[in-house]
Formats: sequence, C-alpha cells, structure tokens
Amino acid sequence: MIKKAKNKIISFFSSSEKVTNVILFLASTIIILIAGGMVFSLVSGTFPVFQEFGAKFIVSSEWNPSEGREQYGALPFITGTLWTSILALIFCIPLSFSASLFLGEYYRGTKFSNVISTMVDLLAGIPSIVFGLWGFYVLKPLLVQLGFNATGYGVFTSALILAVMIVPYATSLSNEIIAMVPTDLKEAAYSMGATRIEVVNFVVIPNARSGIIAGYILAFGRAIGETMAVTMLIGNANKIPTGMFDMGNTMASVIANQFGEAEGLKLSALITIGLLLFVITAIINFIGKLIIKKYSI
Amino acid sequence: MAKDITYRSTQMRLNKDKFALFLIIFFTIITTLPLLLIIGKLIVKGIGQINLDFFTKITPNTLEAMVALASGERIPGGILNGITGSLYMLLIASAIAIPTGILTGVFLSENPDKKYSNIIRDIADVLQGVPSIVLGIIAYIWVVKNITRGFSALAGSVSLSIMMLPLIIRSTEETLKMIPASIREAGFALGVPYHKIIFKILLPSGMSGLLTGILLSISRILGETAPLMMTALGSSVINFNIAKPTSAVPLLIWEFYNDPNMISLIWGSSLFLMLIMLSLNIIAKRIARKWKIQ
Repeated sequence: MIKKAKNKIISFFSSSEKVTNVILFLASTIIILIAGGMVFSLVSGTFPVFQEFGAKFIVSSEWNPSEGREQYGALPFITGTLWTSILALIFCIPLSFSASLFLGEYYRGTKFSNVISTMVDLLAGIPSIVFGLWGFYVLKPLLVQLGFNATGYGVFTSALILAVMIVPYATSLSNEIIAMVPTDLKEAAYSMGATRIEVVNFVVIPNARSGIIAGYILAFGRAIGETMAVTMLIGNANKIPTGMFDMGNTMASVIANQFGEAEGLKLSALITIGLLLFVITAIINFIGKLIIKKYSI
Repeated sequence: MAKDITYRSTQMRLNKDKFALFLIIFFTIITTLPLLLIIGKLIVKGIGQINLDFFTKITPNTLEAMVALASGERIPGGILNGITGSLYMLLIASAIAIPTGILTGVFLSENPDKKYSNIIRDIADVLQGVPSIVLGIIAYIWVVKNITRGFSALAGSVSLSIMMLPLIIRSTEETLKMIPASIREAGFALGVPYHKIIFKILLPSGMSGLLTGILLSISRILGETAPLMMTALGSSVINFNIAKPTSAVPLLIWEFYNDPNMISLIWGSSLFLMLIMLSLNIIAKRIARKWKIQ
C-alpha cells in the first residue's frame, strides 16, 4: 500500500517537467508573500495612530506615553536619523573613498591590498552590538577627554561609529567599479604626461562615478537602519537634537528601546515608525540598485 | 621666464600627486584601525573569561554575580544557554530559508528573462536592505502575537530567516549563472528528467558557491541583536521549546551590558561571538576564491 503510494508519487514527480517548474514557481512566490505580508502587517498596524493623529504624527515632536495624555510624534526620531546617517556618510566618504582608490587603483592586486581588503571585509563581519560596546567603552571616554562634549553621548558619537560600520559597504562596491575602469584610457592619460592623481581625477573618477555614488547610497541605507550601536551611544533622548553634540534618538533606536513594554497606541506608533523606516530604506536601496543595473549594462 | 613657470607648475603637480598618495594611504590606514582596535580590546579584556565553564554552564543570576563581585571572586557560570539558543534558532531559520532560497534561486536562473523574475529580484534586493529591526516588528506581529502568543524561539527564527532569504536567493542565482550551459545540455541530451538535472547536476556543481552564500548569511544573522530582543526575548535557562522565550549570545551581551553586576562578562561573550563570525566570513571567502579559480 505504502509502496504503491510511493511509486505513484515518484512517477508523478518524474513524469513531467511541469511539476518541477510548478515547485520552483511556488518557492519563488514565498518571497512575494513575505514582502506583501510585511507591507500589509505594517500598514494595518498603523491604523490606530492615523485615526488618532493623522498626518500630524510625522510633523509633531511630542512623545508622551503617559496614560490619558498620550501624544506621539515621530519628528524627533526622523531628524535624529537624518542627523546621524548624514553625518556618518560625511565621515565615511574620505575613508572609503581613499580605501577604494587604494584597493582598486594604487595598489591593485598587490599582497598589501589583499590584506587591507580582507580587513575592510571583516569590518562588515563585526556584530553591531560589539561596535556599540567599543564605542561605549573606548570612543565615548575618548571624546569626553578630548572635550567634545560632557557626556560623550550624542549624534556625533553615534555618527562616528556608524561611519566605521558602513565603510565596508561603500568601499567594496566603489573599489570593484574603480578596478573596472579600462586600462587603455588610463594609459592614454599617462602617455600625455598626467600624474597619477590627475589620472584618478580626470579618467578614473568620471568613469566610475555612478558606481561610486551607488555605493554611497547603499551605505547610507545601512546607516539609516542600524540599531544597536546607535542605541548604545545616542543618549536616547526623545527630542530633536539641536546640534552635532546633542543627544537624541533615531527611528531604529526608539523602536529598540521602547518596543518591549509597548501596547495599544504606543505599539502602533512604533509600528508606524517601523513602516517609515521600511519605506525609506526600500526607496534608497531601490535607487542604489537601479544605478548599479544601469551602469553594468 | 616661461621655462621657470613650467618648471614650477610641474613641481607643483608632482607635489600634489605625492600629497594625494599620502592622504590616500593615511585614510586607508585609519579605515582599518577600528578593526584592529576592536579585536585588540576584546582579546585583552575577554580572553581571561573564556574557560571550560564558559561553554558548559548557564548564565549566573544577578545575585550570584553580585556575591562573587563583593567577595572579589570571578563571576561563576558561562553562556551555554546563549550558545544553544543561538544554534537552535539558527537551525530553524536555516531550515526555513535555505530550501526556499535555493529553490527560488534555481527558478531565477532557469527563467532569467521573465518579467516575473525581475520582480522577484527587485523584491529580494529591497528585502535585503530592510533594517533588521523592522524584521523584528514583523516577526512580533506574525508570530509573537498570532502564533506562539508570547515571545518565542520560533519568532526569533522567523525574523532571522527573512534576513537570510534574499542573500541565499541572490547567491544561488549568481552561482548557477556561472555553470556552463553545456553541462545541463548534456544532461538533457541523455534524457535526464528536469528535477534530476537540477538536484544532481546544477546544485552539486554549484555547491561551493551555494555554501559561500549560506555561510555568509549565517555570519550575518549570528550577531543580530535588535530583532531578537523583540521576538525571542532571552532566557536564563537552556530552552529547546519552540514556543518559549530563548536566549542567544548577542542577547546575553545586551543583558550583561544592562546589568551592572555582570557587566564584566560582556568581553568574553563578545570575543567569542566575534571570533565565530569572523572565521565564518574568512571560510566563506576562501571557498568563494576556490570556486572562482575552477
């Protein structure tokens, strides 16, 4: 009986190509279901907030979870996220730009560049929470000692750590693109007497520009969503940061901090922030990948 | 006169060139410094905490730690509950994500030009960039609220598996794309059924590429803390019940960090976690390099 059923199944499976195709197709629908389900769940989780506050949620800066007088606004976290991630991008650019020129142009293919490239890759393998610990125990006291700000917490400290964390993402892409710039173009410039930096300026960068930009866009997306390290360093103050050294909170860190005890309206407020985060990072990623796709054709 | 000017400007150009090279080397060294500093700090502070107990005992409670601290002894216990929890959730997440991801990757490489395939690729790209904390919210809504009715290992695994899925899909597709068409055609010419071509020819010849993708995705999720805080929560005992809160190594680091009595335990656990993730990374890269040569 079992053997018969087994034979039936086997003959069914080997009988036609169509079955295989159907199975492959079904597997491929899972990711669509996940993505669709994510959007659906996030959007339906935001209903209580939108009934209560409407679009005011995005522009209000009040965050008051005390019962009866509940007020939620996401503006402090949106500005906090923008502050930290834009600053992080600014700090990251000289680092990853130099590193990608080092790896893709100046020392391409040497043993030295192999070591550096492995190290940059490994940087991406360090867990976010370890970055946070290092920032907390090493970077923060250092900043206090140097007299940047009294507590060491704040936008600046988080942005520094974020910059280190996103360097590998920006570097690996732009280094690949820089290495792909055709040698004959560079040799033509050299033969006319250009110095190396002139070749970089007038040949390499113009040819690799869109790839480099795409790398930074993707790195920026990473910085926006990074949670643990920022949570440990930004000071978790629910207000709009007034300066580079002020404390604040990002969209990701407020979710990490307050999700545990959240219920009802507060939960919905946090889910709404999650949806905002999802939409922003999705758009940024999409633009980045679009540039890469266009460039590679 | 004119000669003088050209000489000066040439000298300036050469100086500029040297200065640029100096800047590039300088900033490149700065880029790699944090890695060395972090590894150094963890080794110096953490190596003394790693011993046999570290792998065979569960975490102490805060009272035990306080007593040990007060009497100047070393804090008893280890992180076994975190290690088993991490492995357990990794296993479930892999069981969900690896088969789905590989089959989807095969679909994409078998139907590369369909409009539908492009949609799948775009979705995978977008999912890959979604912050892990959002995946935590999703697993909370789906599993914690609706399936296990409480924080659970399953919820943690679901959030991790969503993180793994796009990575595995893309790495599978990239690998299979590189397999010469003649190999499949030889299979078809011999009348091998389609599913056997996939499972006996395509996947085995791309094995090292698939393995790289799997290892990289594992090393990416092993250090995740934020989504687990909202789904698996953590536990002070070893738990293999899929519907109960479960600990993980990064969760323990977070707990130690927030408990003044146990704060000294963060270094050993961080060192352990980082060494595992870095070695997974290096192994994956090694396998990838081997694959490229062949």
